[in-house]
This record gives sequence, C-alpha cells and structure tokens, in this order.
Amino acid sequence: MERDQLRGMVRDLLLARRFEERAGQAYSEGEFGGFLHLYPGEEAVAVGVLHAAEPSDYVVSTYREHVHALVKGVPPGRVMAELYGRRDGCSGGMGGSMHLFDRERRFMGGYAIVGETFPVAIGIAYGIVMRKLSEAVICFFGEGAANQGTFHESLNMAALWRLPVLFVCENNRYQIGTEVHRQSALPEIHKRACAYGMPGENADGMDVLAVHEVAQRMLRGIRAGQGPQLLELNTYRFRGHSMADAGAYRSRAEVESYKRTGPLQRVEQDLVAPVDRLTGSSIALDQTTMQQLRDEVEQIVEAAVAFAEASPAPALSDAWDALDANRRHETLVRPEPRHG
Amino acid sequence: MAEKLAYWQALNYALDAEMAGDDSVFVLGEDVGLYGGAYRVTEGLYAKYGEWRVRDTPISENSFTGLGVGAAMIGLRPVVEIMTTNFSLLALDAIINMAAKIPFMSGGQFGMPLVVRMPGGVAKSLAAQHSQRLEHTLMNVPGLRIAVPATPQDAYWQLRQAIASDDCIVLLEHELLYGEKGEVDLQAASPPMHQAVVRRTGRDLTIVAYSRMANLAQEAADVLAGEGLDAEVIDLRSLQPIDWDLCEKSLRKTRHLLIVEEDCRFAGAGAEIAATLTERCFDVLAAAPLRLGGLGLPTPFNAALEAVSIPQVDDIVEAARQLSRSPRGT
Ligand SMILES: Cc1ncc(C[n+]2csc(CCOP(=O)(O)OP(=O)(O)O)c2C)c(N)n1
Ligand SMILES: [Mg+2]
Repeated sequence: MERDQLRGMVRDLLLARRFEERAGQAYSEGEFGGFLHLYPGEEAVAVGVLHAAEPSDYVVSTYREHVHALVKGVPPGRVMAELYGRRDGCSGGMGGSMHLFDRERRFMGGYAIVGETFPVAIGIAYGIVMRKLSEAVICFFGEGAANQGTFHESLNMAALWRLPVLFVCENNRYQIGTEVHRQSALPEIHKRACAYGMPGENADGMDVLAVHEVAQRMLRGIRAGQGPQLLELNTYRFRGHSMADAGAYRSRAEVESYKRTGPLQRVEQDLVAPVDRLTGSSIALDQTTMQQLRDEVEQIVEAAVAFAEASPAPALSDAWDALDANRRHETLVRPEPRHG
Repeated sequence: MAEKLAYWQALNYALDAEMAGDDSVFVLGEDVGLYGGAYRVTEGLYAKYGEWRVRDTPISENSFTGLGVGAAMIGLRPVVEIMTTNFSLLALDAIINMAAKIPFMSGGQFGMPLVVRMPGGVAKSLAAQHSQRLEHTLMNVPGLRIAVPATPQDAYWQLRQAIASDDCIVLLEHELLYGEKGEVDLQAASPPMHQAVVRRTGRDLTIVAYSRMANLAQEAADVLAGEGLDAEVIDLRSLQPIDWDLCEKSLRKTRHLLIVEEDCRFAGAGAEIAATLTERCFDVLAAAPLRLGGLGLPTPFNAALEAVSIPQVDDIVEAARQLSRSPRGT
C-alpha cells in the first residue's frame, strides 16, 4: 500500500469522526430536527470499503449514511447543508439526514425503510450487466436488515443472474435495542450467503486495512463478472441508535470495551508505528502527520458548517419543483400552470 | 376517579388490563419487549408477562404481522405493533390480503381477533419516508375496521375494545399525540368503538376531523368563537365505519361543512366524508363542503416546509371564515 493511500484513509477516518461529532452538536443546539443516526465506531467500514471503490461504482446506503456519502466524494458542505435542511444540501433540503443523494457521484441514496437497499442495488446492477459494463454496486445494510424479506429475495436474484453487487453488512450487533442473538437465528450474517450459492466472508470491521484488503479483492472479482458476494464487517456503534436513544439496553462496560479497540485506536496502535502489515515496508504515519490531518479535518468540518449556515432555506416552490423535476415539458392534461 | 395520563400511558394501561384479564392476548413487534417500545407503549409489560407474551421481533414486518393472522385464526388475540405506519407498507399483504379476507373467504368460519397498532402522521422533520398517513388505503379495504383515537381516554377505551373484538382492528395512533395528557377514567363505561363524538357544540358550521386534527379543530373553534363564528367540532374517532348519523344531525343544524385531515387531500378520507355527507344532506347545505388537507407532496424534511404541507390551526380558522362567507352562505 502506498503511503498516500494510507494517509487518505486515515484522513477520512478522522473526517468521519469529526463530522459526526459536529453534526451531533448542531443537532443538540437545535439547528435542525428529525432523526439523526451517527456513525462513530463504524468508520473503518465505510472508509475501508469505499477506498476500494472506483468512482464508477455505485453506492446504496441506509439512514446512517453521512460517512458513506463523504467518502464517496460528496462535498462535506453539501452533506452538512442537507442535515440542516437547506437549499444547497445534496438533496436540496427535501431529504435530510436519512436521504442523502448525489447522482453525479453515484451515491444512489440513503433509505430509511430497513431493507430497501437490497432491491435498489440489484436493479442498478441489472442495468450494469445489460450495458455490459465492468462496474460494481456496493450495498450497505445493518445486520438487522438481513431479516427483512428483501434481503433473501434480492440475494437470490443477484446470485441467479450473477449481478455485480457487493453486499456489505455493517454488523454493529444491535437493531435499535435488540441484540443480534435476540433477532437472528444465525447471527453470523455472512454464513447466509451459502443459501444462494454466493461467496460470503467476514472481517474485523474495526481494522481499516483489513476491511480495505478484503473489499478490494471482492470488488475486483465482482467487476470481472464473477457475480455477487456478501461481506460481513463486525463493528459497533459508540452512540445511541439515533439522538433519541438513551441506550439503556447495553452496559456501559460493553460500550467502553469497544471504544478501547475502536477504529481510531487501531490506527494509533497499528499505523502510527514502524511497519506496514501488508507490504512489510514502513509506511507508518508519524505524529506530526496525524496532527496535520486532525487540523485539516477540523477546517473541513467547520467550513462545512459555515456553508450550511449560510445556505438559504428552500421555498415551497422548490418542493413542487422537486416533485415535478422529471416532467419537463410533458403536458399532462392541458397546458396550464401546475398547481391549483 | 379519573387520572391524568399521557396518551402512551393510556395505551399501556389498556394493554396491561387486557393482558391481565386474558391469557390469549399477546403483543409482538420490534423493540416492544426489553426496550419497552419506541414510544413506550409496552413499557414494563415484558418484565410482567415474559417473552412469549411480549415478543421482540426481527425486522420482518410482513411475516410477524402474518404470524398475528395465523395466531388469531386459532383464537389467540395478538396485538401487533408496527413501529410506524410507514413500515406497515411492508405488512400490507398480511393486513389486506390475509387479515381482511380470511373471515370472508372461509365463509365465516374464522374470526380475526387481531389488532394492528401503528403510529403515523407528520411529526418533527422525519422526512418523506417517515411522515406518512395510510387511512386512505386502509379505508378502501372491506374487512378492516379502523379506530383513530385523539385523546388518552379514547386511546384507552378503543384499544381495550379492539383487543376484545373478534374482527381485525387497525388502530391508527399519531406520533405527536403520545405525549399529550388528558383525564382518563379507567372505570367509566365506554361508548361504542366507532361512535363519533361532538367535542364542541356550535350552530354556524360543522368541522369534521379525526386524530390530531380533531384537537387542532377545537383550538381553531376557540379562535373562531372570538370572532362570533360558532363552530361545532366532531371527532370521528373511527374511519371504518363512520358515524354518519351524528355528522348528518350536526349538518342539518349548521348547514356548513368543513373537513380537516392531515393526509393528502386528493383521494383522502375527506373525499369520502364530503361525498357521503353531500349525498345525505344536499337539501340543507348552504355551501359546497370545504376540504382542508395536506398538500399533494411527499413530506419535505425542512421544518418550515413540513409545517406548510399540512393544515395548521390558522389554516382551519381561515377555511372556516371562507366557508361562512361563501356565496350561498347563512
Ligand atoms: C421496515 C422498517 N422497519 C422498522 C424500522 C425502524 N428501524 C429503523 S433502524 C432500525 C434498526 C436497524 O438495525 P440494523 O439493520 O442493524 O442497522 P443499524 O441501525 O444498526 O445500523 C429499525 C427497527 C424501519 N426504519 N424500517
Ligand atoms: Mg445493527
């Protein structure tokens, strides 16, 4: 691995953490409302997987998707402005935290109904095959979503038609307050892949390099036409399910033990140190570089907040325009102004 | 004898009372057990009744609602909680194709003592996929009965009645009502489950509303009273069946009908109410019925746009003024 690439991944891990903390702060200060699902603890999943993605790959995600969007290249200011419900948000202020979309960057949406990412992903993949392209779709979902019918239906179709999808399970062990052993007869989600004749693997979702390595290998195979694969990444969320969740269902000791081995701790332990595990050569980042990166993300995040605060609220006419965006010049009944 | 309870607590008391009285009553849904329910409605019940009667489910709406259907077919009394109405779209096969049809298709051999509870409506910046109302769809399904409690007292009464009923009952709760407090008399005799109620009497116009909008209509009526407009407010309490007689009686007095619904106005509950009441009262109506409803937009995330997408108290007041000024008025 190149040192620059490592630096980029570490930068994104830090950006992810800082962005989410700052969003949580703005929410607590009443800057915007709604459901806010934050990602601290799970950063290595999005960063590791999406650093293995090509710009031509598509991403489909859930309501906990700010970091997926950021790492896919959606500008932080546009993401923050969407959380604020502003006009310059990546969804024009219509979607909010749970519904980030950026067509240009192939960020195909955050979906808030659990289990929706599967069918959308296989639909995109179907189109890729029809057009004979070597692109992949990355479909994120929580372990709780694996019990929705769409998971089974979509994985079957994906395997049946050899669709280019990497299904990425972010197994953070909880479906709001329900621990995985209380919701899943087979809690190791990757093992379900065999039911569809599909390769399934799991990896340590707290280790960004391990995630990156396995995702890169799987994505290469998928783009080469080998069919879909299922990747389960074991991780943990440090905060409540959303800002509304006090988290009484798990012990403080449990949370603290995961925090001690979180993705940023792992970076400090493994990477700000002499030897790269993959190449054997030293690519380590020194403390000065780490500090530079921290300063850099601090600036990026503050600029994102300033951008969001400066952006105007959308008008009602913007909402109608969003609804009618695709009508262009079609005459529906007779040529008349739209809304009576 | 009455005590002050929040809407969620009233529902909790109703569940507790029915579960204590009948072993065949059980509750299931996402996070209803250990967590106590997303809106606290099942708080404490898991500890009291155990996991077979308060079942935390996986995220599998169609199948756990269908489980409720199967259990009801052999005489259990399941109360399915769908965390929000939005997710019930995934359970419509169980609700519409199964629960609503099995008693009929079997020639009446099977009852369907199933209750499906779901909170819905526009809350606070929950965006397009989490702000929906589904009454328009459910009202159009023969075989379902639909209760829409607006007060803690009705929540208590109607949930108990729903559990005791041998038909499939859908209870549409409103996310913004859970914290609202009101007097609940646990001993008082309840009115029939589907009877509407006059929340305020008046002689100039009739405002027909349900769920949260019934409360806003009352606030609007207070404002209107200050302007000399005397509005009668009817809270329907039920959308299937609808208490037409009570509405007709009111209309024959006031001759003016304003309907308020949170759901999109186009093809919403208000369309049915306007059509049927016009058929029944055309001879006395002094003006065409006026329907106030949500805009035909998915709910925007932005809080200010969200607020303008559904009726507010001021909108109801303005609509009432407009109705009273209409050409054939007085
Ligand atoms: C169909 C549906 N049912 C229920 C919900 C409410 N809900 C939102 S997130 C969630 C838990 C999801 O858990 P998981 O898939 O593990 O994802 P995580 O939040 O842990 O990332 C639930 C039950 C929903 N949004 N959609
Ligand atoms: Mg989870």
